[in-house]
Amino acid sequence: MVQFTLPKNSKLTEGETFKAAPGTKNVKRFRIYRWSPDDTANPRIDTYEVDLDKCGPMVLDALIKIKNEIDQTLTFRRSCREGICGSCAMNIDGANTLACTKGIDECKGDVKIYPLPHMPVIKDLVPDLTNFYAQHAFVEPWLQTKSAEPEKEWRQSHEDREKLDGLYECILCACCSTSCPSYWWNGDRYLGPAALLQAYRWLIDSRDEATGERLDDLEDPFRLYRCHTIMNCAKTCPKGLNPAKAIAEIKKMMVERQA
Amino acid sequence: MAEQRQAVSRPLSPHLQIYRFTITMAMSIIHRATGMGLYAGTALVAWWLIALAAGPEAYATFQMVAGSWIGQLVLFGFTWALLHHLFGGLRYLLWDAIIATSPRSADIISWGATIAALVLTVAVWFAALSMRGVL
Repeated sequence: MVQFTLPKNSKLTEGETFKAAPGTKNVKRFRIYRWSPDDTANPRIDTYEVDLDKCGPMVLDALIKIKNEIDQTLTFRRSCREGICGSCAMNIDGANTLACTKGIDECKGDVKIYPLPHMPVIKDLVPDLTNFYAQHAFVEPWLQTKSAEPEKEWRQSHEDREKLDGLYECILCACCSTSCPSYWWNGDRYLGPAALLQAYRWLIDSRDEATGERLDDLEDPFRLYRCHTIMNCAKTCPKGLNPAKAIAEIKKMMVERQA
Repeated sequence: MAEQRQAVSRPLSPHLQIYRFTITMAMSIIHRATGMGLYAGTALVAWWLIALAAGPEAYATFQMVAGSWIGQLVLFGFTWALLHHLFGGLRYLLWDAIIATSPRSADIISWGATIAALVLTVAVWFAALSMRGVL
């Protein structure tokens, strides 16, 4: 049964407020989800007042500034700070995105920051992505062939290569899957938009020869067909990809192969 | 070696509570709700047909209930649920044909379906009441 409310141990409480120095002019408030496994307290929302005159333009700049100057215990993942590693995926201002490519000025009022939705929390803004990665592995995201190995590389025409555009750019940040209500309620059995986009990336690869087997693995009421085209995935993808469309393409392939 | 730490009971990060609502999210929920409403509506249609077959007395009872203000309200809701479900369903037909799959197009057809259902519901009732001479 779907549970729309948060379990008892996950209900939010109000936390501390870290005020900016008196006289600071350009103050922005960051309301950030905090939870530590080191005590038994429930998650809380801490408020940090940040001087925007001394802060970079992106939400990640503010997070790093908070960690450096205000509260060292704040925990989050980050690496490339240019939208290619996918580490700093989190829920900012009501939608999932990368903190490094989200401008502070894009957020009206207080900047509300939560971990990716409906995930087990390891600490603060760090979710447990074990299941998400297992689902990626399930679609066997590598080239599978049956014909004899060519002497050099597996060749592909320019036209066939173009079919991978809009798919290969996925950085597996998990923004899309964790934005999907279907994934929230059935994440144990529904593969989710990210894994399905990856599945489609191999399904339409002209060099791949396991199309039938791949479709067999997806032919399941939950793995594929829990997609109800809610479209949150396509709206939230920080790389501008469209997992909903990829899933629609897979559904179409399913019908076409029965014809 | 570090001691094996006790398994912590990890909290679940907030979801519905914090995610900004979108028209396509709302449409998905309303589609399901109207779908369930149509089950109940179909029972009313069955009642109407049974009353029709059972004779003038049974039909008079049905008419009394359906003609009351609460009956009319339910029928109005049934009309809207039917039309909303129909137009909402047409979006799925488009998407299955890989049409209007961009986020922007998805929003446009979702608003379109919502508005079309409302307008047509009012139009159907306007026509029905006009024919009965109420308006």
